[in-house]
Amino acid sequence: MTPRPASAIRACSAEALLDTIDRQIIVATQAGLPRVARPYHAIAAQLGVAAEEVMRRLRRMLETGVIRRIGAVPNHYVLGYQANGMSVWDVPDERVRELGEKIGALDSVSHCYHRPRHLPAWPYNLFAMVHGRDRDEVEAKVLTIADLLGTADRGHTVLYSTRILKKTGLRLGG
Amino acid sequence: METADGPSLARGPRTRVPDVPPITSPIGDALDRAIINNLQGGFPVCEEPYREVAVQLGTTADELMRRLDALLASGTLSRFGPMYHAERLGGGLTLAAMQIPPDDFERVAAIVNAFPEVAHNYAREHALNMWFVLATETPERIGQVIAAIERDTGYMVHNMPKREEFFVGLRFEV
Repeated sequence: MTPRPASAIRACSAEALLDTIDRQIIVATQAGLPRVARPYHAIAAQLGVAAEEVMRRLRRMLETGVIRRIGAVPNHYVLGYQANGMSVWDVPDERVRELGEKIGALDSVSHCYHRPRHLPAWPYNLFAMVHGRDRDEVEAKVLTIADLLGTADRGHTVLYSTRILKKTGLRLGG
Repeated sequence: METADGPSLARGPRTRVPDVPPITSPIGDALDRAIINNLQGGFPVCEEPYREVAVQLGTTADELMRRLDALLASGTLSRFGPMYHAERLGGGLTLAAMQIPPDDFERVAAIVNAFPEVAHNYAREHALNMWFVLATETPERIGQVIAAIERDTGYMVHNMPKREEFFVGLRFEV
């Protein structure tokens, strides 16, 4: 059998690889990891499976990308990053991947996505979230992106968040 | 102002200039900052992960867990645990935007936020002034929720699912 590229395997099999125990682990940890000396043992005890089994499955979900990472998510407002600009760019579709990879690699960009335009109201197809301590800092970072894009920047704007209306994170039903 | 004698801080009453721009809300002490910086990068899957991280940070597992509890309670950290990749769980995920007249904004925000599928919702400065993330158990459900939001609010929803995600490495250093 010819081996398939890893990306193809990942794309088509990650979901199929999740069984009931994986889903129980996800439900048990989506609100967070317990602050006890042996957190994975605590989850295992709660689910009635072996701790080694929980750790093995978590490692596999990290490898397949079902878990992006295990760690802390800071509230960037509290950290002093008060200005959060969603910069949006109209770039040629045939170059969006090349340019998206360049912009995503910048230190100042936390998320970078290709998204569909909604003409005529919304001509932008590349989104890059830029964080700064104030709007001047965000604007300076946006200028860096504009320089990087050069003539591929056919128009851009920055949308600032003025209020968090809701923030609950993802929830999977048990 | 730079002079031949060096920066102007050497002269006059201003004898001290901070090394870094002032952060609006200073975060704890050196250990809190080390915890925030370190744990954004990942958390081990092993029998006693807090002890492993505590050793790197020069503290104890008990102190690390106590600090994490406090950082979560104060909202400095919004989450601590595994970050799941919604699409790879088999669910649906999208970003959507609406244009809401200011005098109807609160009513619509309440309706939109009441949908459990709305994970985040932000007010932004733009004609499209409400931006939210929808996370659903199945990809098909996205369209149903969008239709329900349009029906319940009376406003059009612009669906902007990501077509491609570009790698990003940002961490908030404190």
